[in-house]
Amino acid sequence: MVYLTRKCEFSASHYYYNPEFTEEENQRVFGKCANLNGHGHNYTLEVTVKGDVDPTTGFVVDLKKLKEILNREVLDAMDHRHLNKEVPEFLHQIPTTENLAIAIWDRLQSKLKVARLHRVRVYELPDLFVDFYGEA
Amino acid sequence: MKAHLTRRYIFSASHRLHCDELSEEQNRSVYGKCNHPHGHGHNYALEVTVSGQVDAKTGMVCNLVQLDETVRREVLERFDHVNLNLCPEFKALVPTTENLSEAIFHILKQNFKAAHLEKVRLEETAMNSFEYDSN
Repeated sequence: MVYLTRKCEFSASHYYYNPEFTEEENQRVFGKCANLNGHGHNYTLEVTVKGDVDPTTGFVVDLKKLKEILNREVLDAMDHRHLNKEVPEFLHQIPTTENLAIAIWDRLQSKLKVARLHRVRVYELPDLFVDFYGEA
Repeated sequence: MKAHLTRRYIFSASHRLHCDELSEEQNRSVYGKCNHPHGHGHNYALEVTVSGQVDAKTGMVCNLVQLDETVRREVLERFDHVNLNLCPEFKALVPTTENLSEAIFHILKQNFKAAHLEKVRLEETAMNSFEYDSN
């Protein structure tokens, strides 16, 4: 089994706010992130796929195809967007880095026929990232 | 859904690798430059990975402020800008980065209960890193 990781970057804005919480609860739980005017990050996404090396091509996955899927499913939808307002998954769900990793996994999992998804890693900052392995 | 969250912290400390049970010559041979008598220092980068179900109300595995606060109080205040050889944890233990990562894992395991501690990863330099988990 060989693992291949493709990295890309996107920039987006978001805020964390649960309408079921009181104003005070939102402030207490989410702090500065609860500012409804939003703020933004440069996200780094690492997608790891796994599989056996094809004896003819020597590839685990056709990188061109993987890149196309990443561009179409993730970057076109999220790059330079407001996650809360423009990405359907986050109209009713808080776009934390945890939920972002899960949403990206779901988007890729259904479209990625060329390899098996192993891990989605999303860096919100160089010192903060989330890994999702598709675990329930 | 279960997710893993990793947070990275920086601290600086000095140490000298020296084992009292070995002769001076053996210490020099085993630890090389790290055995120089007056010690030396590193900028350590610590990565703490916790896991758990993503809370439906907050969208989070755990409260990051709480994790930061625990790491600051229990790890950074203990090990930042100190001589590791003088810390109680290394009274009878060589402060290699292997032992330091294991010590940090156990300190955090005891003091952070809001999510499952998966592992700690400690970079001693940009070229060396060590991971410790409970397995």
